[in-house]
Amino acid sequence: MNPHRQSGRAGLHDEEDFVDILEERRRSSDLGHALRTFKPQPYTGALPCSASDLNKSVLESQYLRYMTKEIAMETGSSVEAVKQEACGILEEMSHNLQLGFIRLLGFTLTKVFKRIFSSIHVNMEGLSRLQQAIQECPVILMPSHRSYVDFLIISYILFTYDLPIPVIAAGVPLAGMKMIGEILRRSGAFFIRRGIGSDKLYWAVLSEYVKTIVRKGFAPMEFYVEGLRSRTLKSLKPKLGMMHMVLEPFFKGEVYDITLVPISISYDRVLEESLLAHELLGVPKPKETTMGLLKAARVLQEDYGSMHVNFGHPLSVRQLSQNKINRSQYNLIPRDLPQKPSAETQACTNWLAHLVVRVQEEGSVVSPWSLMACLLLQTPSATLAEEGLAWDQLTQKTLWLRTLALGFGACLNWPGHVPESDVMSSSMALHHSVVQHKRGRVHLVEEKDPAGNRPVSPEEGVLRRAAAVLMVASYRNQALHIFVRPALLVTAIHTTKSTHRDELFAFFCFLQNVFSNEFIFIPDRASEDFEEACSLLRKCGAVQISPQEVAELEAGLQTTCFLQALLQPFIETYQVVLRFLCEEADHVFSEKQLLPAVRSLATRLILSGELHTYEALSSDTQKNVLSALLRLEAVTKLRTTESKYRVNRAAIRRIGDILSGKIPPQMLIAAPDARL
Amino acid sequence: AGPTEIMKWNGWGYSDSRFLFNKKGQAEFTGKRYRLSGMILPSLKDWFEGTFGASLQHKSPATVSAIYIYFFNAVQPPTLNEAFVEDLKSVGIPFSHDAEDRVFRAHGHCLHEIFALREGKVGRVPDLVVWPNCHNDVVKIVELACKHSVCLIPYGGGTSVSSALECPPEETRSIVSLDTSQMNRILWIDEKNLTAHVEAGIIGQDLERLLNENGYCTGHEPDSMEFSSLGGWVATRASGMKKNIYGNIEDLVVHIKMVTPRGVIEKSCLGPRMSTGPDIHHFIMGSEGTLGVVTEVTMKIRPMPEYQKYGSVVFPNFEQGVACLREVARQRCAPASIRLMDNEQFQFGHALKPQVSSIFTSFLDGLKKFYITKFKGFDPHHLCVATLLFEGNREKVLQHEKQVYDIAAKFGGLAAGEDNGQRGYMLTFVIAYLRDLGMDYYVIGESFETSVPWDRVLDICRNVKERIIRECKERGVQFPPLSTCRVTQTYDAGACVYFYFAFNYRGLSDPVHVYERVEHAAREEILANGGSLSHHHGVGKLRKEWMRETLSNVGMGMLKSVKDYVDPNNIFGNRNLL
Repeated sequence: MNPHRQSGRAGLHDEEDFVDILEERRRSSDLGHALRTFKPQPYTGALPCSASDLNKSVLESQYLRYMTKEIAMETGSSVEAVKQEACGILEEMSHNLQLGFIRLLGFTLTKVFKRIFSSIHVNMEGLSRLQQAIQECPVILMPSHRSYVDFLIISYILFTYDLPIPVIAAGVPLAGMKMIGEILRRSGAFFIRRGIGSDKLYWAVLSEYVKTIVRKGFAPMEFYVEGLRSRTLKSLKPKLGMMHMVLEPFFKGEVYDITLVPISISYDRVLEESLLAHELLGVPKPKETTMGLLKAARVLQEDYGSMHVNFGHPLSVRQLSQNKINRSQYNLIPRDLPQKPSAETQACTNWLAHLVVRVQEEGSVVSPWSLMACLLLQTPSATLAEEGLAWDQLTQKTLWLRTLALGFGACLNWPGHVPESDVMSSSMALHHSVVQHKRGRVHLVEEKDPAGNRPVSPEEGVLRRAAAVLMVASYRNQALHIFVRPALLVTAIHTTKSTHRDELFAFFCFLQNVFSNEFIFIPDRASEDFEEACSLLRKCGAVQISPQEVAELEAGLQTTCFLQALLQPFIETYQVVLRFLCEEADHVFSEKQLLPAVRSLATRLILSGELHTYEALSSDTQKNVLSALLRLEAVTKLRTTESKYRVNRAAIRRIGDILSGKIPPQMLIAAPDARL
Repeated sequence: AGPTEIMKWNGWGYSDSRFLFNKKGQAEFTGKRYRLSGMILPSLKDWFEGTFGASLQHKSPATVSAIYIYFFNAVQPPTLNEAFVEDLKSVGIPFSHDAEDRVFRAHGHCLHEIFALREGKVGRVPDLVVWPNCHNDVVKIVELACKHSVCLIPYGGGTSVSSALECPPEETRSIVSLDTSQMNRILWIDEKNLTAHVEAGIIGQDLERLLNENGYCTGHEPDSMEFSSLGGWVATRASGMKKNIYGNIEDLVVHIKMVTPRGVIEKSCLGPRMSTGPDIHHFIMGSEGTLGVVTEVTMKIRPMPEYQKYGSVVFPNFEQGVACLREVARQRCAPASIRLMDNEQFQFGHALKPQVSSIFTSFLDGLKKFYITKFKGFDPHHLCVATLLFEGNREKVLQHEKQVYDIAAKFGGLAAGEDNGQRGYMLTFVIAYLRDLGMDYYVIGESFETSVPWDRVLDICRNVKERIIRECKERGVQFPPLSTCRVTQTYDAGACVYFYFAFNYRGLSDPVHVYERVEHAAREEILANGGSLSHHHGVGKLRKEWMRETLSNVGMGMLKSVKDYVDPNNIFGNRNLL
């Protein structure tokens, strides 16, 4: 059984009943809401635990005492000094949840949300499932992370519906913001440093803190399994450190079970959209300061459409890890002592983390604009910017794509009672900062120079266009998960020109392997993914399937062309990076050198007309290529100096050749691993 | 009269002692043998109906109790090895192939065994029962068994709860049950060394009674001591309630004599400890009848204790109770027995309070309850109780008692009187009778045990109890089960934990199967939480499947090679353990 299959597979109108929680706020008193009686029931075994109780039991834990001693021995400092340091870390880290602040926050958020969002839709069934789950065992809330708004929306909803306020893992930079840091802390946030690296004491304090929260179960814990806010609005490959800390109390039998609740938060329009695109082009992220936030207050004057919060089906870790984990592996070491996770444990953690992200994807609500973005990007960017795309053509294609997406099981937010053209027009209006509808044509809007329309250098022009393209691309990315599996299969068919199932499967696996930093594939499920792709393509009439063959059908040309074009920018970008590493890079390079160099190569290629996609300029994709190559051992990290890499040109060439179909698929079956 | 008349053939214990609901719907315990005998238990009915959703209207009596004679006629005729029987006759050892004798020795007291008997179902049973009278008789029987290729299954008290006595259905040879009950003498008592040499067929309570007449005791008191035998204790590595003073069976035995197909195994002297390679006693103890028959045992004895005192402590919750037991173990000041019951068992214990004769006592009870719940603020749905038994000279007992109560106080424990303590221990002897009552009303249940390091006690208790509840639900049990536990022994490095589990099976087509699946899941949970496969019940055939992961491949190989050497033709073919 695939438990995650239960969730959000059908279009949202059949299954989940979304309610706009702002509607009631617009009708009744905000203050009344903030001051309502609040008596949530935590899970049955849990006793209340104040922030100071929590800190106390962390500091007094056997585990931390042991680690303190060990670290003191290693570093030669006194146990007392290490203890002091641990106290300091904990002080910086710990939450200080206070109901009064939740009320204050509730009041403020109501004001803000009413201003910037037209609606906030929440699935009520998900909430009642959550309520049930909270009473049964410790619950981990795992939202997707696309915007700073994610940060408090869950607490806001839980407060509104009388559920226990979660303790939330946040990045330390937020804590540094004057006032805001303290407000967040008192709203239940605890803070984790970025790049902890090998700081043993920090890891020890953090993991004990997290595990104590899970064990005590007095409040749900909330964390972003993707680790970071996704700059591309595409799901990120999950991070495993926190995930493992959260799961370990179950593996060790300290709690009966742990419930993971994937939450998909979808936005019609993301507050940070233009910042994101610039970051991807190498303009650094502004430091998180309170002033910065106040300056950003002008974003509060815009309309961001609606937001969907979809609480997924609770996943029982006990059930899911059955046969994946032998819990008796913990029997021979005292449970308070650190134990390096076994390969089995790591694999299980990784699998669960991917599963959660997949469920988040499946539960995410896709807007009409995302479908339009898919199509806009299949028009050459220059054409789109200069001549534009005919509105009628876009409408017709979008409606076609809507049918395809629904057939593929997408959760679409397409209002049923409004004429289709109105839906599309209002989507366009919402995104006026990036597209404009003028005289029957849709144009890409490029950023104007602040000083006027002075002529710019060609390189600067590329950058400006890229900013606009990446912004559209990020909205396309919100819909990618719907199409990615069939698209991989179509790419396999077109690249290999084969119809043999096993050859296609081998190529499909190769693609999954290469792109597993780009798209979310649950480990060890390639054959299920392949079957899913086959059956979706068959259902929409694009292929014909027999036990040995998968053959493309003439009638499905529109579908297959669309799907292939959808992946094209990624494949081209990967090829550019591979080409750079083969032809231009030194044998040893650093990430800092790589990104600007690839960017300038891509710019050159775009200007010379050799490269068609502006997405090759995205640092995110470039970094993903590097991670993929590291995983495939085509690039190796040098031990001596930090973040220096060595290139294995032969391996890189081979990957490039397979990707472009120069190596026949039969060779892949013989050596299915993308590694050399 | 043989045991088959004094004892029930399809339930626990003495025929005259049983629970029943009388015409007024009140529970009573019949007979004269126990403190509870002849008493009315007014609150048992409400507890029983409330806990299980059972009803006195819904009876499920044993189907064949009245007409069992026909049932025995239906038992398969014995497959006799004529040559073996002839030789047996010529050496003059009594035997029988009477159906009743054979069925009686074909089972222990697992739920599925008793349930089947009540339904009148019977599988493979021994073909013959023999009653050796002494060690030499056993030597002869084993020789004949080897000569004629007969399968021998030793039988002591018949209280196994591990399917150890079940005849392997695939066995094609004639199966002979070797009943040790006639080997029940104390051969000598050595007052200088404080040891006694005893035949292994002796039953626990007889051994204790006979020693008491001489002013001694062994102090070995497993819950089954009324019926279990010395040989059985050795063969399963038994543990007694008062092991804190007297030790478990492995601490008590000084010398063992066992007859195997290879001959007799025994040590050459009675030295109290030896360094002569691995202790061969440890191949014998826990061998579960797979290597031979234990015939004689020399064991330690002690002068009878001068003074005994029961006691009890109430804790606000189970966590505090466990913390207290752990501290008592740390300070190595455990009384003869200390047991901690969880809240469900505490309530169960209350349901077994006999009718109070005086208004004064009931008033006092009420006052106590008021003090604990209202004045001390204990939540009646969380509090739990530890029962204590102190033994020794009077002065020391009182001193010891104070020490333990002082520790308890640190964990919020309140002394709750001798009565509660004594009732707790009485419960262990009557609980097996209660299972028979349950089975009359669609309730089946069982207990099982494990041992676990201190740091996992709370986790294992919580997780196993929860697992039982969830498994029952998933398997279609219509009513919430009783899922409860107690910590029954403390050690330096851990504790023994007992789980009790029972449910109302109305609406289930195959209740025993459901029961077995749930117990199986519970055992998996125990192992996953760092508990052992068994603390003292043994492995038998019920828990065999987990032996390899418990012992490692090499460990299994070692045991197997011993079996292969000692009994190459698998004469002792009960197929336990390996």
